[in-house]
Amino acid sequence: MTDAAGLRRRTAELLAAHPPATTGRLDFLRARFDAGLAWVHFPAGLGGLDAPRALQAVVDAELAAAGAPGNDPGRIGIGLGMAAPTLLRYGTDAQKKRFLRPLWTGEEVWCQLFSEPGAGSDLAALATRAVRDGDGDWVVDGQKVWTSSAHLARWAILVARTDPAVPKHRGLTYFLCDMTAPGVEVRPLRQITGEAEFNEVFLTGVRIPDAHRLGAVGDGWQVARTTLMNERVAIGGARLPREGGMIGVAAAAWRDHPELRTHDLHQRLLTLWVEAEAARLTGERLRQQLSQGQPGPEGSGMKLAFARLAQRISGWEVEFRGEDGLTYDDWTLRRPEGVDFTGREAGYRYLRAKGNSIEGGTSEVLLNIVAERVLGLPSEPRTDKDVAWKDLPR
Amino acid sequence: MTQAPPAAEPDLLYSDEEEALRAAVRALLADRCAPATVLASLESGRPYDSALWQALTGEIGAAGLLVPEHLGGQGAGPRETAVVLEELGRAVAPVPYLTSAVLAVTALLGCDPARPEVAGPLAGLAAGRTTGALAVPLTAAPGAAGPPTVRADRAGALTGRVTSVADAAGAGLLLVPALGPDGPALYAVDAAADGVRTEPVTPLDLTRPLAHLALDRAPGRLLAAGDRARAAVDRALLTGAGLLASEQLGLAEWCLAETVRYTRERTQFGRPVGSFQALKHRMAALWLDLASARAVARNAADALAGGTPDAPVAVAVAQAYCAPVAVRAAEECLQLHGGIGMTWEHPVHLFLKRAKSDELALGTPGRHREALAAPVGLPAP
Repeated sequence: MTDAAGLRRRTAELLAAHPPATTGRLDFLRARFDAGLAWVHFPAGLGGLDAPRALQAVVDAELAAAGAPGNDPGRIGIGLGMAAPTLLRYGTDAQKKRFLRPLWTGEEVWCQLFSEPGAGSDLAALATRAVRDGDGDWVVDGQKVWTSSAHLARWAILVARTDPAVPKHRGLTYFLCDMTAPGVEVRPLRQITGEAEFNEVFLTGVRIPDAHRLGAVGDGWQVARTTLMNERVAIGGARLPREGGMIGVAAAAWRDHPELRTHDLHQRLLTLWVEAEAARLTGERLRQQLSQGQPGPEGSGMKLAFARLAQRISGWEVEFRGEDGLTYDDWTLRRPEGVDFTGREAGYRYLRAKGNSIEGGTSEVLLNIVAERVLGLPSEPRTDKDVAWKDLPR
Repeated sequence: MTQAPPAAEPDLLYSDEEEALRAAVRALLADRCAPATVLASLESGRPYDSALWQALTGEIGAAGLLVPEHLGGQGAGPRETAVVLEELGRAVAPVPYLTSAVLAVTALLGCDPARPEVAGPLAGLAAGRTTGALAVPLTAAPGAAGPPTVRADRAGALTGRVTSVADAAGAGLLLVPALGPDGPALYAVDAAADGVRTEPVTPLDLTRPLAHLALDRAPGRLLAAGDRARAAVDRALLTGAGLLASEQLGLAEWCLAETVRYTRERTQFGRPVGSFQALKHRMAALWLDLASARAVARNAADALAGGTPDAPVAVAVAQAYCAPVAVRAAEECLQLHGGIGMTWEHPVHLFLKRAKSDELALGTPGRHREALAAPVGLPAP
């Protein structure tokens, strides 16, 4: 049943019962979820069949060949990549049943309410408070920042402080927050590119029923780590062909504009081309290790390498463009639905790439993680480990 | 000008057999080639550690990995050879493996191995009974070897001079590219023959001896002529450059591991120096570069093994990437060791000297980058 042949048969049955040509997009996606073909490695009844993850490709190929509609993963990346694995690991049966299906079909978009103005790299220091009221529900007050999709989202994964009197990692609790609830206010956050991919989210007296708590009270840090690990995999894990990504854009510019070429730019482009090819092969090797069931620690490094390369290549390209490098396509405040790091013009790419070494863990924090968890180097002496959160300097 | 063609999917992992080979070589080197041993023998004047060479070739058969079984070898290939080179790099082992078992063997394989003048020496090199050296400067790059500096007459007598040949002084067999009466050719010359003089030079890297080779009417046996001779030499340089990346990877790995070990133990300001972010970020950055060095080195070995048309690109990428990583790993290792790293008694200088020499060997990173311009479609101004 859950081998490749079984999955092909099951996919054929789905297509026969719900022909894509005559079935509505959402109806098809719901039927696919109910057939266990959404994410085959998930449990039966929750969109999967307990099958090996690698077999998803078999299903995807059959469905693509049949012209079946997809769930637009670019639009619901936070739900798929972060909320779903966390729900699967820590959710109650009722939560999994309620949330996973509309999450996967895209009926309900998710966003992430983690970072705060006072808690970036030191996420565990966050100050948004959740206080239990007489009914056993929670009342949340605070401010979150760098929230992509908040203006589109129906639900959020939220970490809030439930006990300020214990050390910071221990006083957190993880919630599922209704973005349409009274007291949730979303404001666009304009960034250096001129557009507003992200938002600030203000939470004022927002009520969350205790049934929407994920994991135990005080276990929020533990639960959040599952989310964050999946975030880094999602950012660094895509597979690329040679000259995929930013280097392809720069190479095309070189080929299209012989009049702009100089020897210095040529030397530097070749250096960047080699580094991009090395990064691509590193990712490819990581993928091969994963498919052999031997995950390597290289994953921690992929995001770092990606950020460094994107910044250097896009900087090279602005310089290569000459007079065009002095211009910018459009500073209008826009609200893009997704992000395309290689989109728009050189100036945009250069500016947007600056965020690559900050979002999803700064490069400096990631270097600490590599140094301590992979190389086993000792951590810096800490002054905040055994102090109650309320007594920490802020 | 179009975009470079997509590479075929390479196998970038190690097979179980390759890991077993690695374990055997590593155990041998741990036993016979500890850094202290290499240090002690540095100024002995011996061209290489012959006991270690015997064990490596006789017991493990490492010198015949590139040679088919019917020609007296192990019938393995570049992937396995690369694993041996990783381990030899990790130990900065003073043996003529790259020069004899890779460069000389590949040059002979590029001739016609059905001919006894080729098959005989090939079997000898594969078994490790003798060692060979391809008579080109160690700096020669694939595709840019230049015209031969030796001339051959009709009788096969060779006259000329080749500078900076690695492991020439200890070699029994010299493979000499020469300009013969009918164009370029490749000759075999016994190192002990009349008219052969090797002039040792003091090398930066004491673990890989260098010598100038002076030939004065030395008797040569013709191995290959014309395009075949040229292609044999070029294939040898390409294979050598591609597999050198694995030696550089092994070198760099020793340097990082030793730096991590030392900075965890060394205490200053009341704490291990490895707990300071200023140091640990440097080690973490190096670790990232090593992960990529492994990927590009495996890619080059796999491309050479498969004989894919992408091999020259894979080799150039591997050399352009791995050579600077090895140098930086050795430089960081020295710096993060502080004063002890500057002493003769600490082995890091062996790795620094090898890494820096390797950066010049078989084409500098800059040459390899420039060699990419045409095949990937990024022409110079």
